Amino acid sequence: MTADALKLPGGSLPDERESVGEELRTVGMVWEREAIRFFRTRARILSSFIQPILFLFVLGWGMSSLVGTVAGFDFKKFLFPGIVAMTVLSTAISSAISIVWDREFGFLREMLVAPVSRTALVCGKTLGGASIATVQGTIMLALAPLIGVHLTTLLVVQVIGLELLMAVSLTAFGVFVASHIQRMEGFSVVMQLLLFPMLFLSGALFPLGGLPGWLTVLTRINPLTYAVAPLRHLVFAAQHMPPAAAAKFSSSVTLFGHALSDAACVGITCAFAVVFLVLAVTGFGKPD
Amino acid sequence: MANVETASRDSEAPALRPGSGVAVQTASLSKRFGEVEAVRDVTFSVGRGEVFAFLGPNGAGKTTTVRMLCTLTRPGGGQARVAGFDVARQPRAVRRRIGLVFQEQTLDDRLTAEQNLRFHAVLYHVPSAQVEERIGRVLRLVALEDRRHDLVSTYSGGMARRLEIARGMLHTPAVLFLDEPTVGLDPQTRALVWQDVLRLRQEERVTIFLTTHYMDEAEYADRLAIIDHGSIVATGTPDELKRQVGADTVELVTADNPAAARHLETAGWQVRPGEERLVVFAEDGEALVPRLIEAAGVRVRSVHVHRPTLDDVFLHYTGRQIRDEHAERALPMRARARMARRR
Repeated sequence: MTADALKLPGGSLPDERESVGEELRTVGMVWEREAIRFFRTRARILSSFIQPILFLFVLGWGMSSLVGTVAGFDFKKFLFPGIVAMTVLSTAISSAISIVWDREFGFLREMLVAPVSRTALVCGKTLGGASIATVQGTIMLALAPLIGVHLTTLLVVQVIGLELLMAVSLTAFGVFVASHIQRMEGFSVVMQLLLFPMLFLSGALFPLGGLPGWLTVLTRINPLTYAVAPLRHLVFAAQHMPPAAAAKFSSSVTLFGHALSDAACVGITCAFAVVFLVLAVTGFGKPD
Repeated sequence: MANVETASRDSEAPALRPGSGVAVQTASLSKRFGEVEAVRDVTFSVGRGEVFAFLGPNGAGKTTTVRMLCTLTRPGGGQARVAGFDVARQPRAVRRRIGLVFQEQTLDDRLTAEQNLRFHAVLYHVPSAQVEERIGRVLRLVALEDRRHDLVSTYSGGMARRLEIARGMLHTPAVLFLDEPTVGLDPQTRALVWQDVLRLRQEERVTIFLTTHYMDEAEYADRLAIIDHGSIVATGTPDELKRQVGADTVELVTADNPAAARHLETAGWQVRPGEERLVVFAEDGEALVPRLIEAAGVRVRSVHVHRPTLDDVFLHYTGRQIRDEHAERALPMRARARMARRR
């Protein structure tokens, strides 16, 4: 081949690498863009509350009469933490999925051709989406007094921490999925196929105890399951809950016959977050 | 546009100037997609500070070459250096030193111009202390400073394109790559874009590598390479290329053509006599018109000077006009679809 004969002059130095400072600045900038875009679309902020509120009040009141009240504890109170999780889930996934738009409108290329690592881009995107989802989920807490759920400062701080962890895991998952969607049409399909099954099979809306075996398997591979259980336990712990109510509205997750502690659930959620982040980084922007 | 003209003349072929350095250099660069050789043995160099154009029809391999130079597509064979770094072995180093403007828009139209630029500044590691100054400067260069805080969604196509060019310059790249920068713009906007590009070159001393299939745009380049079916068929300054094709021709219509032809031939001109008009061949036709009229010795009714255009050059080297875009069919659908997806 002539290529060998026509070698260009000049030594081959090693390639340059981004410094940690440059990478962190990139993470911050991608995060900032998510925030700017979020606050610019106020209509979307409001509309994203409509569905959870509808679920909380319509489903909550509707089912309350069926489920009944145990010592002043009703289905709405059971549902409330689940609705917070639902808000985090839908916001996280829809922020992550904006990558499909970025691809469609070309901005993804602007990011991918820049001399920055995919890790920095994915971390920025994930943290941005997760922050927004956490804010949205936390705003839902304002409805607690209407449901009769008692909040303490400590509870709110703990819930925010758990929301953030759950949101990172779910946004990273969304980024991973969105990286593999090439067209806009794929977007709504994925939303249908992911969002509602994840929601329904997470224990957010009803206890998972009575499901048939094959559905139980699905609930156990659903990352949301391991975030909903500790979230609900946190909220329940701050309520004055009689043992009869605690037994009726049980929401522990069992895995291979063992009831998981909240710490174990949080650990599993962390593990999901790490795995999804790694998957998101490897899949990001490919194939381009 | 007058200053634009001088700008492009000033630094004719600076590559040949000693010590000016080489900004882009390739050796036998090649790339094939399946059965199709998109780029074949392409060898050229671009001097620092030059405006270098890749002229060719759609599908000639222009975009593939640019993508290889920008480290977006791995070279299939051969070598390329941009700003002194090897595109295959040191892609990060190359990317830090180049600006890119793609054929399609890559702005976030839900952000303002300033926010788009700020994002870019961070991703290209512009030191924080310089970001503000650079944003102001590049916006001034493309005359968009009064639209700085407007959402890009309110921009016209031409404004968005100029903002992208400004963005490409934000991190003071050594080489600015423009892939079909004016495609889809109206003639007036195209002229504006070109003013911007040439002003950038002059004020920022950047090397500009662009692809185009517009002949009139290739005229702005200091040097150009004509690419067809993946290979370079000619390289040179626009004037050099035109001279290779032939001299100017001056057509004269006179009151007495045979007499005029005799007089002109006696005066030493090379003349092709004709019934309706006579054609005189000359190196610099326009400047010779007064002397020709004098030498003709009879009343001259009309004069028409024809300089070889880049159209003539392209026709000469490829046997085709660039307008008939048959070359596009040279790439089978599948290969092109893949290339489109890769973008």
